[in-house]
Amino acid sequence: MTRLRLGLAILACLALGALAAPWVAGWLGLDPDVPDLLARQAGPSPEHPLGTDELGRDILLRLLYGARISLAVGLAAAIASSLIGLAAGLLSAWRGGWVDALLMRLADFLLALPALPLLVLLAAMDPAAIGLPRGSAWGDVGRITLILALFGWVGVARLCRAAALSTLARDHIRAARALGVSEARLLRRHVAPALAAPLTVAGSLAVAGAILAESTLSFLGLGIQPPASSWGNMLANAQDLVFSAPMAALWPGLAIALAVAGAMLVADGLRGQDR
Amino acid sequence: MLRIVAWRIPQIAATLLLLSLAAYLAIGAMPGDPIALAMMADPRLGPADIERMRALHGLDQPLLARWWAWLSGVLRGEFGYSRLFARPAAEILWPALRGSLVLLGTALGLAALLGIAAGSLAALRPRWRGAVDALALVSQALPAFWLGILMIILFAVTLGWLPAGGAPDAPGMLEALRYIILPVATLAIAHLAAYARHTAASMAEVLRAPWITAARARGAPERRIALVHALPNAAVPLLSLLALDAGALVSGALITETVFARPGMGKLLTDAVMGNDHNLALLALLLVATTTLLATLAADLAQRALDPRLAERRA
Repeated sequence: MTRLRLGLAILACLALGALAAPWVAGWLGLDPDVPDLLARQAGPSPEHPLGTDELGRDILLRLLYGARISLAVGLAAAIASSLIGLAAGLLSAWRGGWVDALLMRLADFLLALPALPLLVLLAAMDPAAIGLPRGSAWGDVGRITLILALFGWVGVARLCRAAALSTLARDHIRAARALGVSEARLLRRHVAPALAAPLTVAGSLAVAGAILAESTLSFLGLGIQPPASSWGNMLANAQDLVFSAPMAALWPGLAIALAVAGAMLVADGLRGQDR
Repeated sequence: MLRIVAWRIPQIAATLLLLSLAAYLAIGAMPGDPIALAMMADPRLGPADIERMRALHGLDQPLLARWWAWLSGVLRGEFGYSRLFARPAAEILWPALRGSLVLLGTALGLAALLGIAAGSLAALRPRWRGAVDALALVSQALPAFWLGILMIILFAVTLGWLPAGGAPDAPGMLEALRYIILPVATLAIAHLAAYARHTAASMAEVLRAPWITAARARGAPERRIALVHALPNAAVPLLSLLALDAGALVSGALITETVFARPGMGKLLTDAVMGNDHNLALLALLLVATTTLLATLAADLAQRALDPRLAERRA
């Protein structure tokens, strides 16, 4: 259980930091998005525990507010992928025939393609063209979540389909059918519980993948738009200043790596690879 | 083998066809419509001029007809122009593809070599297992673009040994080598983990096989057992990882090329998307997808050639 606990502890610390962001802002008396041109690239001090960035904004505050965005995208995209994947996998296994063939060919199609180039293309779409608000940070979160879920359901669906197929072939299912249990109840009571284990593993892996993908898109300038901070767009600014302020690149990257490693440890622990 | 190729090539063609349609629709929803840009640039243009320009460029046609016209042009080898670079798109695409393939090939070779070595070490010497596992986790969790930035800070800014990015301005192998070291190292470290993990698992399984026991019983030395009896058999499943990894590698190239400002397909695609160069973005995406699909096919074929059981199972 050590891996699971370690992963959950890391994620809990990050989540606490994200939740505490407004209090820290009130306590420091600063706004994470407002530049202070007289205090640019300041080193760590009591007023700015981690120093300031190239516009004089507090790095610690921007990290904490960035955590809200990154964790929200990770969680929302993982939940959306899990729900779509569960529905598709269950339907595929239960219905079989052409529905199964169609869904699995669609999954093959999405898996065969290079993911990031496609994500870049989709993220560049005008949000107004698909009915989302333009220019707000939470609108960006919704847009990125939607794009990530579009690809994220595939892995979950395959795992769920395999687990559901092996469960549907077992004796207690035949017994339940013989007793006249309705198909809906059969799936809910007798098949769905068997999917809980693979679903949690796939879900936590999806969290790791979504956090990484969001930060990559934001780094490329296609994800969360400034002035709102996300770990990815903080790194994009930091790279431009790598010669004058190399330390600014340290914290956002560390935060991404910690969050991703935390979610992966949870997945590993749930899978029971503990020794 | 021929039957598989004959079956897979139409599949690849269908995938690309579907992708080109989806991408064409997505690009239609991107900001920066060329006519709108022309309007912004010249306030004297009236509604009548706009209508005329839309008709001139065929933008008044339905979307499906425009897609078909674009696709049949591409299939005839007419790749059109790049708005961003003001040159024929083909002149920009081929050098970029070559640059990416050099980067990918070197990085993949290095990642596979180091990953297989680390994985074998973990399987043969249980003492090292924890260290290799931890290394694999770190390498999977590190965002590739952060790793690239850290490399730049260490080797270009602090030590000043290597250039921070860009393309070599002087000819010569040595100069090219100096520019490729950091991108290759970044990409290889990011992909090492998967190879290490899979090799460790596959080696551990092979080492339990009866023929290993038989080799030990005949008195074969441990070194020979590991290198001659176990490793080649453990390496076959790695080819399926290679096939799955093709898409991820191309994605990794997009990140490393952007971080190191290195000319290649990934950077070309992001530049085209950011610069509203719709034609070039579409072509770059399709070229990247074609490369990925063909690489997957090649890895599949290699795996079948090495493992006759697979060929029998689903021919």
